[in-house]
Amino acid sequence: MERCRLVFSGSGGQGVITAAVILAESAVLYEDLIAVQTQSYGPEARGGATRSDVIIADSEIYFPKVNQPNVLVCLTQEAYNKFYSIVRPGGLLITDTRFVKTWKKVDARQKELPMYQTIMEKIGKPIVFNIFMLGSLISMVDLVKPESIMKILETRIPSAFLEMNRQALRLGMELGAQFNY
Amino acid sequence: MSQNIRFIQGNEVCVEAALYAGLNFFAGYPITPSTEIAEHLSLRLPQIKGRFIQMEDEIASVCAIIGASLTGHKVMTATSGPGFSLMQEGLGYAIMAEIPCVIINVQRGGPSTGLPTSVSQGDVGQALWGTHGDHAVIAMTASNHQDIFAMTVHAFNMAETYRTPVILLFDEVTGHMRERLVIPEPGEFPLVERLRTSVKEGVDYHPYLPREDGRLPMSDFGGKHRYNVTGLAHDMWGFPSNNPSVVQGLLRHLVDKINNNSHNITRYNEYEMEDARTVLISYGSSARSALHVVKNRRARGERIGLLELQTLWPFPFGLVRQKCADAKYIVVVEMNMGQILQPVRMAVDNPERVYLANRIDGVFITPTDIKNILRIIQGRGM
Repeated sequence: MERCRLVFSGSGGQGVITAAVILAESAVLYEDLIAVQTQSYGPEARGGATRSDVIIADSEIYFPKVNQPNVLVCLTQEAYNKFYSIVRPGGLLITDTRFVKTWKKVDARQKELPMYQTIMEKIGKPIVFNIFMLGSLISMVDLVKPESIMKILETRIPSAFLEMNRQALRLGMELGAQFNY
Repeated sequence: MSQNIRFIQGNEVCVEAALYAGLNFFAGYPITPSTEIAEHLSLRLPQIKGRFIQMEDEIASVCAIIGASLTGHKVMTATSGPGFSLMQEGLGYAIMAEIPCVIINVQRGGPSTGLPTSVSQGDVGQALWGTHGDHAVIAMTASNHQDIFAMTVHAFNMAETYRTPVILLFDEVTGHMRERLVIPEPGEFPLVERLRTSVKEGVDYHPYLPREDGRLPMSDFGGKHRYNVTGLAHDMWGFPSNNPSVVQGLLRHLVDKINNNSHNITRYNEYEMEDARTVLISYGSSARSALHVVKNRRARGERIGLLELQTLWPFPFGLVRQKCADAKYIVVVEMNMGQILQPVRMAVDNPERVYLANRIDGVFITPTDIKNILRIIQGRGM
């Protein structure tokens, strides 16, 4: 596979870092790929724009951070304002319509998905926002299979919540597929 | 999926490796960016009937592990710069009293409380000369999870072999980064166990009388033998002495047992070094950026290589001298103001060949940073 550099950004509590760890872990444990995940620490990561970097590849990864992501996900306005300009030319920028108003054209595929709105309409619980986002992402970018993500979720999430996460992942994929043009 | 593959933070790797090596006592005071080590050990140690104690500060932490080690346990503490400063007194005591222990410093920006959440390699010099008096220390580091595991096990082995504290210098990036770790099978790495005296109960035991090979068999404190342990200069019974020949012999022993065994302590990696005209020397997380540059430039045909040091102290002078013999440019890549640059300059002929590529602003050094400096060094302008 082509080396994919991703940046997930949003605010604390949206689960962007968890989503990054789940994605990278599923790539390593179930897809036999190499992945590295890092995240921003410190005051800027608390309350402000949190950020997590993931690199997924089939060859060794040395430098573990991402300067120019192929895929940039922004889940808040602040994160978008701060990071939109770093997306790699020809890359993919995913934002959520409820939280982000895009105001700048970038040299990348720019997709504004009603992720939050769909979750609230169909599931009613914002807690699965990050898993929904992962579903949308993997239907737009060839990274990992949904089953691999589910296997990771099975080890991390109480069984009572598994079905909701499975549904979020599937709905996310359906929404992503509609926007993948 | 193999049961042995994990996707975890560097700090957790360190925990897994310490347990693999036989750790069963940890005392510490959590501090960013080392906190996950204490966090995970607080869960794991009680499961194997080990002891985890959260202490009131770092002075108490280092003293607690020294005491536990004397009673026969494999021990460790973990901290970052400010805590490492507080531990210097205990570190010196463990050197003088020859007590095996492992001290982990996950480095952050300094001096003082500095930059709690930012990466740095500013404590390299402190690891060697942070505590007072003539002495030698063992300090080691690693740049990826597999090596963090191997070096942590090596640290415990060296501590037991030479009856000395061993310092592991990790940093915020290696500590917090997640990547794949294949947990080695039991037995894959040899483990050095405590050398205990064969002197029977009731027979005189000399705690500081070296065997022919220089090693000192220990007796679990509070067990079969009564003996004295002190930070004062001492004789073979462990009692204070200011006899010049005893003091001379003690200091020589403390330094020689480490410096004369550099070949056994030194670990390193080399990449693309065969015909390298430009040699990068790096260690810890900054070696990852350096390796990125080396692989990229090699692919374009440049004769460039990386010598990644894993043992920093005792400094591998002979190794560096030999590996750099034919280099036109030697570039030390580190995140401080040249703490390894200095010994590299001492190690090589024509030290004007040695340059520094560094960052000291709390930001992880990038391949672009290194490339920009290389352009200037190699005379290609900006």
